[in-house]
Amino acid sequence: MSAAGPAVTLENVCKRYQGGGGISDISLTIEGGAFVALVGASGSGKSTLLKTINRLIEPDSGQLTIDDISVKNVGQYALRRMIGYVIQGVGLFPHLDVAANIAMPLTIAGDAVGRRVEVLLDLVDLPQTFASRMPDTLSGGQQQRVGFARALARQPRLMLMDEPFGALDPLTRDALGKSYRALHDRIGLTSILVTHDMAEALLLADRVVVLHGGQVVAIESPVALLKGAGGPVAQAMVAVPRDQATQLAGMAQ
Amino acid sequence: MSWTDAFERVPALLASHILLAASAMLVGLIVSLPLGVFAARHVRFGRLVLGFASVVQTIPSLALLALFYPLLLALGTQALGFLPSLLALSLYALLPILRNTVDGLNAIDPAIAEAADGIGMTPWQKLELVEGPLAITAVMGGVRTAAVWTIGGATLSTTVGQPSLGDIIFSGLQTQNWVLVLTGCMTSAALALVVDAMLASAQHGLQNRRRWRWIVPLAVATMVPAGIAISQSTRAPMITIGAKNFSEQYILARLIGGRLEAAGYDVRYKENLGSAVVFSALSGGDVDVYVDYAGTLWANEMKRRDVVSRDVINRTIADWASTRHGVISLGSIGFENAYALVMRGDRARGIKTLADLKSVAPDLTLGSDLEFFDRPEWKSIREAYDLRFAKTRAFSPTFMYNALKSGDADVISAFSSDGRIAADKLVILGDPKGVVLGYDALLLVGPTVTHDRRLVKALQPLIGAVSVSNMQRANLMVDVEKQSPGDAARWLEREAVRNK
Repeated sequence: MSAAGPAVTLENVCKRYQGGGGISDISLTIEGGAFVALVGASGSGKSTLLKTINRLIEPDSGQLTIDDISVKNVGQYALRRMIGYVIQGVGLFPHLDVAANIAMPLTIAGDAVGRRVEVLLDLVDLPQTFASRMPDTLSGGQQQRVGFARALARQPRLMLMDEPFGALDPLTRDALGKSYRALHDRIGLTSILVTHDMAEALLLADRVVVLHGGQVVAIESPVALLKGAGGPVAQAMVAVPRDQATQLAGMAQ
Repeated sequence: MSWTDAFERVPALLASHILLAASAMLVGLIVSLPLGVFAARHVRFGRLVLGFASVVQTIPSLALLALFYPLLLALGTQALGFLPSLLALSLYALLPILRNTVDGLNAIDPAIAEAADGIGMTPWQKLELVEGPLAITAVMGGVRTAAVWTIGGATLSTTVGQPSLGDIIFSGLQTQNWVLVLTGCMTSAALALVVDAMLASAQHGLQNRRRWRWIVPLAVATMVPAGIAISQSTRAPMITIGAKNFSEQYILARLIGGRLEAAGYDVRYKENLGSAVVFSALSGGDVDVYVDYAGTLWANEMKRRDVVSRDVINRTIADWASTRHGVISLGSIGFENAYALVMRGDRARGIKTLADLKSVAPDLTLGSDLEFFDRPEWKSIREAYDLRFAKTRAFSPTFMYNALKSGDADVISAFSSDGRIAADKLVILGDPKGVVLGYDALLLVGPTVTHDRRLVKALQPLIGAVSVSNMQRANLMVDVEKQSPGDAARWLEREAVRNK
């Protein structure tokens, strides 16, 4: 295993929107190398929280550091180029082939591309022949694998993911989740995953942060949550997959 | 006039047309592309800009061109010719490019834009690598629309003195020379089609090669014909001869041009200038020589409402023009082109003067051109002779004569030098009270060339050289017999020499 990814800390971070929503006064420490899931309903502020880390959203107040360096002291473009970013809509550039999409973070930063595309295709379990394919010829799962490869192009230590598996069918979703988790462990990343799916969070993450109304209401390990920790909001969310599992088990008998 | 004659005029006009349209497109692109990008990112500003561009689009192009004249005049810059045409056409090119740029950028999937931001693209990189290539189809659609509009609209620049294919269209319309009209229209249409096809193939290249920087060769391809046109148009300084928008003016311009060419000058013609702008064009130096009519200058430029004798008018105008505007009136070419009420010979019978008209007018229809009823002549005639017609109708000049023939009008306001008066056996009604202004055709020389004694000497023989019957004959040659204004001018020149 490589060296672990960086630690991320938030101190009293606030971001309010005119129409309501956002996050208020969030303080949170994410250890280096951790795989953290941010879970909550729509409008709970989980995406806003994620985007303040790579400065896609500038907070109204509060401090944000990555390995003790304030993100405000790093230029926003330089900051984003050091952090992997994966989104639900994938956002592949439709006019460029897979190779050019994967190489784009290197291109814009002025880095040499070399054999990086081949290495990255291997890393996300895609065949080399995909390099010359256009995005619209790929399946949803294949597109998101390219999305991960692109995010990993500059060997970031920190990955931010906003519902990366949200648009995929359940089988693909499961497979891709597992292979990303394996990747996280193998190359030593800090991963922050936004999801509204508690089961996904419990299965993939080391720690689950539950947000509600723009505030953190629980920070627990999956095991602790399953054992009843975290308070009523967190438990209501844990109850959904648990009840489903019980029902399914009952139907089989 | 044959097709060959018409085609001979095409190359120079086409070059000038292309230069104007290409320049307007270039200005349009330079303004609207960055504006479109900015407008797509700032919604409220975008609405404002698109609203402005839409309003501009609703102004008729002819009016927009004319509106730039007083504006530029007030600013003290070149008010006729290239500049107003360029500004008006550029404004027209704005909307399609602007709207399609904004729409093209707004149509991009937000996930793609977020991904571009997320991997750390600067706004410029995002535009160059992502938004530009994705919006280019829409943008090129707007560019193609704008190009076709601009090429069509450039024909109207003729009215503010910028040579274009409109020169032969307007001249042809005026003289009912359909060969000229068709040649002008077809050339303009062909140019629009060729440019549209070129842009379509460029658009194709841009999409398939998926490279945004193909815009550069595209721009070069547009500029090459413009460059050729520039090199053609920037030759030695020339004498510019102005003409208003009717046959007699075309003929007199050619008559002057023939004289000057014989004296070794290079000449060019600015035809179809509006009656209201041509004198300012002369005093402002956009036109060097032209012929105007005493009564027109008296009423329109000097704002005089009184009626005095021909000699007094001509002398007063000469003094006023030289002291106020540095313009020299060399004198009358020899005939008058006054407003005159005329009737068909077979209908006039006992009616010989305006005074005779009073008793029968209530049963008659008066036809006129589009401006007569607003002119002081009509007011003074009406009041002096107490004329009350049953009906008044306005026509374009050509149809006015047809209306008289067919009986749709009983009396029309003709021009005394019009060839159709003799040809159609019309009777000019006399003016015993002398209320109609003198309309001697005065040869005017602008301040830019008054110091040129050789030029003045070359024009001097034209003073008194054209009788009203010869002018009527020359006008008939063009209006009815479809000869070219140049041919008619050469005939006048021969007559003038013969009678000396």
